[in-house]
Amino acid sequence: MFFSAFLASLPGAVANGIIWGIMAVGVYITYKVLDVADLTVDGSMSLGGSVLVVCVIGGVNIYLSMLIAFAAGCIAGLVTGVLHTKLGIPAILAGILTQLALYSINLNILGKSNQALNSDRYPLFISMRFTPKTILVCLGITVFLIAVLYWFFGTELGHSIRATGCNHAMAKANGINTNRNIIIGLLLSNGIVAVSGAMLAQYQGFTEVNMGRGAIVTGLAAVIIGDVNFGKIFKNFALRLLSTVAGGVIYYIVMTLVINLGMNTDDMKLFSSIIVALFLGIPYWKNKLAEKKVKPAKESDENA
Amino acid sequence: MLEIKGVHKTFNPNTINEKKALTGIDLTLSEGDFVTVIGGNGAGKSTLLNMIAGVYPVDCGRILIDGVDVTRLPEHKRAKYLGRVFQDPMTGTAADMQIDENLAIASRRGAMRTLRFGVTEKERAHYSELLKSLDLGLETRLSSKVGLLSGGQRQALTLIMATLKRPKVLLLDEHTAALDPKTAKKVLDMTEHIVARDNLTTLMITHNMADALRVGNRLIMMNNGKIIFDVSGEEKKNLTTADLLEKFKISAGEDLNNDRMLLS
Repeated sequence: MFFSAFLASLPGAVANGIIWGIMAVGVYITYKVLDVADLTVDGSMSLGGSVLVVCVIGGVNIYLSMLIAFAAGCIAGLVTGVLHTKLGIPAILAGILTQLALYSINLNILGKSNQALNSDRYPLFISMRFTPKTILVCLGITVFLIAVLYWFFGTELGHSIRATGCNHAMAKANGINTNRNIIIGLLLSNGIVAVSGAMLAQYQGFTEVNMGRGAIVTGLAAVIIGDVNFGKIFKNFALRLLSTVAGGVIYYIVMTLVINLGMNTDDMKLFSSIIVALFLGIPYWKNKLAEKKVKPAKESDENA
Repeated sequence: MLEIKGVHKTFNPNTINEKKALTGIDLTLSEGDFVTVIGGNGAGKSTLLNMIAGVYPVDCGRILIDGVDVTRLPEHKRAKYLGRVFQDPMTGTAADMQIDENLAIASRRGAMRTLRFGVTEKERAHYSELLKSLDLGLETRLSSKVGLLSGGQRQALTLIMATLKRPKVLLLDEHTAALDPKTAKKVLDMTEHIVARDNLTTLMITHNMADALRVGNRLIMMNNGKIIFDVSGEEKKNLTTADLLEKFKISAGEDLNNDRMLLS
């Protein structure tokens, strides 16, 4: 009984996982490549959903609507980038400010706190009612996105962005405008997150202004789960992005499992936070314990 | 090639931590000058290099590189003219990137970063040749992450990066201080080789008096944010470390105090 219910909800978990995995690819760019914790994403996820729904209902072509959602996300990233680099606000706070502002902006865009989007009336890419097709389309978008990012981070500009995230002093000494690169990274990241929001709105057939609440935690969970499971074997950048998406899928399968086991869905976010805190904390404690294990040199040792 | 006129710098002005780092520096380097810089703790040696590189703005004064006034240019724009190697071997390279990627970034210093490929096959072949000629054993490891290299290898790589695109001025901030003596010698030999090969205008801070005397054609000594001694050519060649200590005592009125200074 339990098992069949879990199996039945598995395709939905995979579809959800890929969509959130794409969101996590955006988080990967800021968190891993740029080494910035960007909290804008909670807002830009909802922003993508709001913009897409309003565009589609307004009769805009679905492809164009996705593009507009991407552009809207880019603008959100730009705002955070400017707050951070031009006004000197710490990155985390800059992200929180934009995220909060986006809550009002999303309400203004939608005109209310939620809006349904009927897949019968509008030509959507994906929908909960056609899960197998959704999974295929989402996989296609994932492959395309990873291919584009792989190319981009191999270009001169992409290299300079990676150097910025890795070592500011080195980047500046080599003539790289680090502030500009941070803005480009935030822009790209939030654009991708907004696309993910636009896809989620289509998939679930509605959007709401709170859709992205806690998105950063889900994104980080996907990045970390991907890293823990595949980090040792996947060294290549494209494969690392792929393992991030896989991390999103694993995350959703685990979530579906615990919900099937009877966990109250109200406790989901609590559970997510605990999982992410544990995964972030474990490497730290591993190091601490390793330090404690170091024994003092014996007198008979050569080094003593 | 490099002109510094009346540069002053005070950190934390009007506070209890006020530190007058540079108090009127005038210095002119001709094309091909190789100047070694020595001085006690807090003499302003590193501050001088950081002012030239644009890490902090100057309080007053002018800095010109090859006739171009760079006083108001931000650090990343001045990089066009400068090659830099830092004291900490970790500072000059990007650990998470490959050797060839680091070199490719350095070869584009001062150029627009476009959407062309970050490293071309032709460049990789060139880097392989270059690394081979310097005998570092890195020519077969172009795709290795720089984080896997030793401190000495990273410092050597930083030196290559700083000179890959010919800089107007090469700034070396105690770049051998963090290395073991054997590696330090190797990196210093490589520095001399590259500077001579490309006839680079160079400013090198060192804590090793013997090196300061042996290397380069000119030596300056700093104390309390001022240049107190400036010697070049034959006169420099005939100096000994004892002379330097004596000069310092006369000019500064105190014994030279540098906890890393090596008299060997």
